[in-house]
Amino acid sequence: MKYRALKELILTRTREFYREPEAVFWVYVFPVLLMGGLGVAFPGDSDKEIRVNVVEGPRAETVATRLSAAKNIRVERVDPETARQRHAAGKVELIVEAADDGYRYLYDPTRTGAEAIKIRVNDLLQSAEGRKDPVATKDVPITETGSRYVDWLIPGILGMNIMGGGMWGLGFVTVDLRMRKLLKRFVATPMRRGEFLFALVASRLFFLIPETVAVLLIGHFLFGLEIRGSVGAVALLSLVGSLAFAGIGLLVASRTDKIETVSGLINLVMLPMWLVSGIFFASERFPDKVQPLIQALPLTQLNNSLRAVILEGRTLSAQWMPLSILAAYGAVSFFAALRIFQWK
Amino acid sequence: MTPLAIRTKNLVKRYSRDVLAVDGLDLEVRQGECFGLLGPNGAGKTTSIEILEGILRPTSGEVEVLGHAWGKNDRQLRQKIGITLQETRLSEKLTVLETLRLFRSFYQAGIEPEKAIELVDLGEKTRARVGKLSGGQRQRLAVACAIVGDPKLLFLDEPTTGLDPQSRRQIWDILRRFRQEGRTILLTTHYMDEAERLCDRVAIVDHGRVIALGSPSELIASLGGEHVVELAVGDANGNPSRPAGLPSEEELRTLPGVSGVHVNGSEIQLTTSKPHVVLPPLIEKLEGNEGVLAALAIRHASLEDVFVKLTGRHLKEGEASP
Repeated sequence: MKYRALKELILTRTREFYREPEAVFWVYVFPVLLMGGLGVAFPGDSDKEIRVNVVEGPRAETVATRLSAAKNIRVERVDPETARQRHAAGKVELIVEAADDGYRYLYDPTRTGAEAIKIRVNDLLQSAEGRKDPVATKDVPITETGSRYVDWLIPGILGMNIMGGGMWGLGFVTVDLRMRKLLKRFVATPMRRGEFLFALVASRLFFLIPETVAVLLIGHFLFGLEIRGSVGAVALLSLVGSLAFAGIGLLVASRTDKIETVSGLINLVMLPMWLVSGIFFASERFPDKVQPLIQALPLTQLNNSLRAVILEGRTLSAQWMPLSILAAYGAVSFFAALRIFQWK
Repeated sequence: MTPLAIRTKNLVKRYSRDVLAVDGLDLEVRQGECFGLLGPNGAGKTTSIEILEGILRPTSGEVEVLGHAWGKNDRQLRQKIGITLQETRLSEKLTVLETLRLFRSFYQAGIEPEKAIELVDLGEKTRARVGKLSGGQRQRLAVACAIVGDPKLLFLDEPTTGLDPQSRRQIWDILRRFRQEGRTILLTTHYMDEAERLCDRVAIVDHGRVIALGSPSELIASLGGEHVVELAVGDANGNPSRPAGLPSEEELRTLPGVSGVHVNGSEIQLTTSKPHVVLPPLIEKLEGNEGVLAALAIRHASLEDVFVKLTGRHLKEGEASP
């Protein structure tokens, strides 16, 4: 049978993985815990309480009473020192100082949502003083699934997992095999080297399926995430993305025989992508000048296309570009690794 | 004459300007024999065997294995050889059977994995994880991985190093059976008893060169006597020392029947074929010098003595610093 060795190699790798409790933990349980943590930080409803401190003074009581009457605002009257400390610790979003000649708002405008909170508090206080809006307004909140931050986040987590799984999975295993002199033992047999490396990459797919399904299921049941595009498209994107990162992981580990070295290299490769490839915040935040560079990164391509399919319901035919970029990353790194691979 | 399984000519391996691991090795291993490379640690045995296995490239020289040179059709050649490396840690998470299935899958032809397990007496451990095996069992599994491709030629690098006596005997039995089927074995060892019991011919290697070659009995016979008289001399209280009572090497050499002398501190080793002739005048000499006999033994000469005679050192000397 022509592919018997390939089959045995893939089977071996899969067995080794599933019999290693720690590996299973990091690949499956860790993302679940991460998602759970996000569930606490971003509950499904938008009724998040605003925390405002009013500094003690002549008009503090009036201000506090007025704010307390509003929905979802927790007000406390404290001395200036305590207010500052709480703000520095992130426990309070806004500090109000009520002097005789007017109000002073103390807040950090670079903090997410701080500006909006200030505007809301100001509106409340101004209208309590008798301000009339020249034009009638009405608030219509959009809480539809698919447009919340957590919806945006889940495809990014999926992409991050695919990257980490491929890089650590291939990088660690390769160096471990080299340290144990098993690579040397294998090349002393008639085994085909390409087949061996391909089996390492291909076995990633077996781990990928439960990993991806886990993230999406939790997203669905905990956060009500809906996949608007086709599940098949998500599967194909995950698969090609996984192969790309497995290839890169293999390349990173192709010549080193120390776990420390390979850990450093993997982190070095992944760190920029964690930052700029749109896991926790959009990569569009970075200046236009560096955008071509960011767009050339595999994780950016994977995250963008996962979001396009999951959130916007784009079809696979619109994703041929990211798919080819990811496939190219996989193929180039795989063959480069095969060329420079250190077997002994 | 039997065809050759391995032939090397003027094999050299230089790792750097100062490190010359193999220094002009000439070997001829016949088909069907068990051939041993015996030498202390650092003698270049592993480098030599890895060149023969096609894992390392020699700096210069010729290698022919089963009539082929390494470098073309290597996979074809690998189909016919089996190896165990000095150190391989097989995957602990796999079972014995799974490990052998994997290795078997690399070979076009071979024996059933179950058969290989049986040949190395691991039948009871077929479904046990490798991580649960003892050192000896792991080594037998390594041998099973080497023979599962049904090789004509088996390479073993220090197959019993670090094993207990019983495990060593088990490995020897496996190798003897393999050899009885007319196959060739090349092994390295720094145990002289292993070489003596297992090998048809032995090349004693030191500093990357062959310094003696022949069957164990031929090599021992080259000492000029098959007995070794060992004695230690002490002071008046019997404590080992190097007292004035010790006869000089020259004096010992001129004793009747002595064919070789090795003095190491307070210990003397004499090679002879007639211990009964050597002993009386020797003891007389000690008496005359007022030396006290602290220990005396007569034993059969071994390959160790051959090595000592050729190099002035013991095989095990390198052992403390692996």
